[in-house]
Amino acid sequence: MTYLHNIGAYFLMIAEMFRKPTKWSVMRQLILKDIDDLIIGSLGIIAFISFFVGGVITIQTALNIDNPLIPKYLVGFATRQSVILEFAPTFTSIIMAGKVGSFITSSIGTMRVTEQIDALEVMGINSLNYLVFPKTIALMLYPFAIAVGMFLGILGGMAACVFGGYSTLADYILGIQTDFDSFHVIYAFIKTFVFAFVLATIPSFYGYYMRGGALEVGKASTTAFVWTSVVIILLNYVITGMLLG
Amino acid sequence: MIEVKDLHKSFGDAHILKGITTSFDKGKTNLIIGQSGSGKTVFLKCLLGLFEYEAGTISYDGKIFSNLSESEKRDLRAEIGMVFQGSALFDSMTIAENVMFPLQMFTKMSKSEMEDRADFVLKRVNLPEAHNKMPSEASGGMQKRVAIARAIVNNPKYLFCDEPNSGLDPKTAIVIDNLIQEITDEYQITTVINSHDMNSVMEIGEKIVFLKNGLKAWEGSNKTIFKTDNASVTDFVYSSNLFKKVRKMYIEENE
Ligand SMILES: Nc1ncnc2c1ncn2[C@@H]1O[C@H](COP(=O)(O)OP(=O)(O)O)[C@@H](O)[C@H]1O
Ligand SMILES: [Mg+2]
Repeated sequence: MTYLHNIGAYFLMIAEMFRKPTKWSVMRQLILKDIDDLIIGSLGIIAFISFFVGGVITIQTALNIDNPLIPKYLVGFATRQSVILEFAPTFTSIIMAGKVGSFITSSIGTMRVTEQIDALEVMGINSLNYLVFPKTIALMLYPFAIAVGMFLGILGGMAACVFGGYSTLADYILGIQTDFDSFHVIYAFIKTFVFAFVLATIPSFYGYYMRGGALEVGKASTTAFVWTSVVIILLNYVITGMLLG
Repeated sequence: MIEVKDLHKSFGDAHILKGITTSFDKGKTNLIIGQSGSGKTVFLKCLLGLFEYEAGTISYDGKIFSNLSESEKRDLRAEIGMVFQGSALFDSMTIAENVMFPLQMFTKMSKSEMEDRADFVLKRVNLPEAHNKMPSEASGGMQKRVAIARAIVNNPKYLFCDEPNSGLDPKTAIVIDNLIQEITDEYQITTVINSHDMNSVMEIGEKIVFLKNGLKAWEGSNKTIFKTDNASVTDFVYSSNLFKKVRKMYIEENE
């Protein structure tokens, strides 16, 4: 029952978010600040994780191919497929549910418990528009961060491959060009857009509607992380079934 | 002047306000007092339009809030200032930005006009030097002053304060109380203050509404509160240990 109630409240929140928009001069500032906090502030960790996980995928693939009949370029091919299809869009989004998500829940939740949201409402400001809308818009740039992640993941694979001596640079480059299907990239970016929306709105929902004090802010962040991840995983399944299945 | 008629408010099954009728006068500090949990904050948030209520009417100088159109409500909100219990300063903004925020939202003032106005109100609350500090760098008393400055920056007709001196030391608390009273008098604002502090009652209780169990149990002023024999009120007044001791000393001395 509370699940149903929460789902209903979530969609009402989304509708409310577009009503009574905040002055553009103010909104622009908010969007720029959120781009800085949520996107620019995440590039470092996305780059770091992508590069090294890309490397690990390559090493694992290379080590598992001990059949001499399988061509060496397959290592590059497998790395490219894993990074573009799953690792960069989905895996990174789960990590972002922890980083960006808990930041959003705790910052909005703190505003709730310290009555800053009431202060906005008293001034006749639509607090959902003021708080959630700019985050949603900022996260529409999230696919760019993921593109960086894809690039660095493949680059990390290349570094691991060449420096680890698993195959030659030429083989790896041949591999990452083999059977390239541009629809896979489109599929990955469609996923990423959907995940970006989830990453902005579910943590906002748990922050905005929380009640209590500092302890509850922490609990709300955890709950938000769990549900954001669950929804991302489920949507990943649904979107993959629809677009590739 | 704000008039409240038969106000009812529930959360689910919990009936918090059970029909409150009272009024708050212009140019006066009107106090709502009562034990913690007696519904003071809920009452104030109904007055502010933050909570919907099931029954009753609230009118601001004759305008009944629930009958107003969206744009009229907006205009009325621009005339309301609120000081929250924990100050509720926006912690991502500097003190000056906090104070200018309502101007940015409600007026078409230029940046320099806003800055002048913020200077003026920050001086008025005796914080001439704090503009570029973040709220987290300010003490509790300073935060309260900033909250008051933000609440009055747009020349409100109505000022609401939820426990404005909770969490402050007694000296600062009195300074804040007096500041609110001076501003109320100076600009002839209709001010409504929640409090459970007997010091405030004595200092600035020009009109007092006593809430108990969701009802108005008594109404009067700091001139009459010590004369009443309403048991709930005397219970509340003498629940303070200090008052109890003073009273005991007084009785012993007179024996
Ligand atoms: N948003 C809310 N939802 C449900 N119950 C609430 C809410 N806000 C306040 N209450 C309840 O209303 C009662 C009065 O609270 P409050 O007005 O905060 O008391 P006071 O300010 O006098 O200390 C309390 O029992 C509280 O639990
Ligand atoms: Mg209260």
